Amino acid sequence: MASFTLSINGTTRTVEVEDDTPLLWVLRDHLGLVGTKFSCGIAQCGACTVHVNGNATFSCMTPISSVGNAEVVTIEGLSEAGDHPVQKAWEQVDVAQCGYCQAGQIMTAAAFLNQNPSPSMEEIDNAMNRNICRCGTYHKIREAVSLASKSS
Amino acid sequence: MQTQLRTSRRDFLKIAGTTAGGLVIGFNWFSCDSPKMEVLSTEQILAQAKSFNSFLSISPTGDVVIFSPNPELGQNIKTSFPMVVAEELEADWEKVRVVQANLDPEKYERQLTGGSGAMPHSWERLRKAGATAKFVLVAAAAQTWKVPASELTVSKGMISHEGSGKKGHFGEFVAVATTLTAPEEVVLKDKKDFTIIGTPVKNVDAKSMYTGQGMYGLDFYREGMKYAMIQRAPFGMKLVSVDDAAARAVAGVSDVVSFGSNVAVVGTSTWPLMKAKKLLKISYEPETEVESSSDHDKLFADLLAKGSAEVKRKDGNVNLAFKNAAKIITAEYQCPFVAHSPMEPENFFAHVQGDKVELVGPTQTPDRARQETAALLGIPPENVSVEITRLGGGFGRRLRADYVIEAVEVSRAIQAPVKVTWSREDELTGGAYRPAVRYRFEAALDDKGTLTGYKLRGVGMNAGNTTRENNFPSGAVDHVLIETIEHASSITTNAWRAPITNFLAYAEQSFLDEVALAAGKDPVDFRLELLQRAKTNPVGEVDYDVDRMLGVVNMAKEKSNWGKNPSIKQGFSVYFSHRSYVAQVADIEVQGGKPTLKKITAVTDCGLVVNPTGANHQVRGGIVDGMGHAMYTNLTFEAGVPKQKNFDTYRLIRLKEVPEIDTHFVDSGFDPTGLGEPALPPTGGAIANAIFAATGRRLRSQPFIEQKEFSDIQLQIKRT
Repeated sequence: MASFTLSINGTTRTVEVEDDTPLLWVLRDHLGLVGTKFSCGIAQCGACTVHVNGNATFSCMTPISSVGNAEVVTIEGLSEAGDHPVQKAWEQVDVAQCGYCQAGQIMTAAAFLNQNPSPSMEEIDNAMNRNICRCGTYHKIREAVSLASKSS
Repeated sequence: MQTQLRTSRRDFLKIAGTTAGGLVIGFNWFSCDSPKMEVLSTEQILAQAKSFNSFLSISPTGDVVIFSPNPELGQNIKTSFPMVVAEELEADWEKVRVVQANLDPEKYERQLTGGSGAMPHSWERLRKAGATAKFVLVAAAAQTWKVPASELTVSKGMISHEGSGKKGHFGEFVAVATTLTAPEEVVLKDKKDFTIIGTPVKNVDAKSMYTGQGMYGLDFYREGMKYAMIQRAPFGMKLVSVDDAAARAVAGVSDVVSFGSNVAVVGTSTWPLMKAKKLLKISYEPETEVESSSDHDKLFADLLAKGSAEVKRKDGNVNLAFKNAAKIITAEYQCPFVAHSPMEPENFFAHVQGDKVELVGPTQTPDRARQETAALLGIPPENVSVEITRLGGGFGRRLRADYVIEAVEVSRAIQAPVKVTWSREDELTGGAYRPAVRYRFEAALDDKGTLTGYKLRGVGMNAGNTTRENNFPSGAVDHVLIETIEHASSITTNAWRAPITNFLAYAEQSFLDEVALAAGKDPVDFRLELLQRAKTNPVGEVDYDVDRMLGVVNMAKEKSNWGKNPSIKQGFSVYFSHRSYVAQVADIEVQGGKPTLKKITAVTDCGLVVNPTGANHQVRGGIVDGMGHAMYTNLTFEAGVPKQKNFDTYRLIRLKEVPEIDTHFVDSGFDPTGLGEPALPPTGGAIANAIFAATGRRLRSQPFIEQKEFSDIQLQIKRT
């Protein structure tokens, strides 16, 4: 066991875990931040996506020992009132079916639009292709990212 | 058209006897006309609300809480059920809160999600629930104002009396209304007056989902609970011994327990369990047949050739039809096992305390979870409570209670509350798959190209009846023989979104395409000819409504510009399943010898569309699901263990692989007939038929990308 001091959603949190523990499980089991989802555990589906220093990152394959003092943002910290332009676009387009993958989709989209505010549809498709939606809401995801890009 | 309905005693007991909550009569939180409205939490509203029936409670503030009893897994029932109640209640949707009801067999019938059946089953019940509550609220207002009820009007949660100018919101009449007796018969609204049903009402859980609030089973936490993960045996094997020393040595592991052939590692968080599970040294021995995919290939061939078959349907004299045929077409089609792979892996919380059990988690069948738990422990079912969380997908996997029972077993063994979590590897290797099936089709054509004989023989691996013997083209052919053969496999299977038809439709609609071309007929004209025959001179009993199927075929022909553009190669498919009808056309453009899948046009008759957003979701989602599994997904076995263990090798469809989907709905005048599954079955056939039209390659096995015939077809997919 080792002690790690992390910056999560703008606050400092300290956890005692093994140094190989993925950030995903630190968030979910040790900090109660369950908005970040577990699905594949091998960086294939994107359900666990968080921002690490602004980059969309698969938290399931990010050992806690590699995080250091990087700024981690989860879906709970994306905005205070749930009104980040991407969240608003998701509501307006009514994207979700089961909804389980959508926090990861939103985090991928938010990091992408922060780096590329006016993307082409091709760029949106390339950015969002890393996240799987088993319900098949892909049309709505494209529509919502496109909407957020115009409104942000 | 107004409908008179008798109210079932079970749904609507005398209201006065069923009120709940600590109501302070006459207390008003605010006047409805006040510009400053206090936003109350659902708990605050419920604390002072009165129950009108199993589906709704109304508070003195005029806030309406609608209970949605069926598990929500993305089919949008938690939004569409309350829409129906609110419509008949004439509620203000802005003042409606929706609460997921827990399992309560006393209050609710058919509290499950499966078979696309929730809305067809509950449509009238939900309307009556709303209409009955409206009736007593109006009666209470009439009594309060001393005016005839017939002079009152209701709109958006307000009751008005034009003559006196009196006006009040529902909350003002709750106290009086709940002393009145509910009527046995209520008048339902004319469908043309609907103001909520038929509008794109947004998902009631949107905000919670998009802000990461823990609402799924995997998010559930109880102070002091343990976590557990389980190693399961290969199919056909049983456990002999376990060496758990290395697993127990992992920091954070508190216990290792066995039940049956399962070994559970238990601890205080998830990650140590994932490590410990890999350190278990378990020896197994064969219990029954230990199968590999190569065994299945041989079994399919042997059983199709000589297996004794169960005859499902026999019309006319099929041998004579084939003897007299001008042309005979024969083809075999095959589908692999596939897993359900909901994004939220299986999980459940259980707390066994003496003869009582608390269960919390994602299930499509909460009552089955309760019954199997009660049977396991030998306790009365009413001692088991089930809290239903939102489900991160289901696709049929959560119709089973195996993963619930595992949690009960572990909780009983360790005498503590526990949440059992499956990894993705557990989900893909843990069983209950869509069964693998092979079909042989034979068709006899006479010299005019009329289909006179039709034979179908299916072999399934734990598939049950592999056919839908009374479905199209039965009814349209004089001589028919439909048979099924079962192989009892050690690999477990289960219903998978649109059971059987999710593959049978592809095989049948592809084969009918082969027959149409052999007859020298346009594939759509050929189907229309068969449907006309079934309409005017049907053969035997059929399960489908010929006119509704004709309706979707004709509209799909029109909406897809069938055959009008020579540069677009099209594939047609139509299927009836779960009471609804869907026709689909896939468009492939070939430029410079390269085919590009550009669009799928879908025409659906699911009766009345309750929520256009939800309906579009189900049609598009069903098509994406059908396309993904037809094109990409395979699960193969080696010595009772799947070779594909995670999404790196078990390929699910991604965003860039989805074409434009153009959806249309037929206004057939029927009540809602279900939509969670019916859009999936036709998709594989539409795409395969379009690929044939574009390339001349007939794809008779799934997944397409693994077929020899597809290996040099570089199919592009265009997104708009």
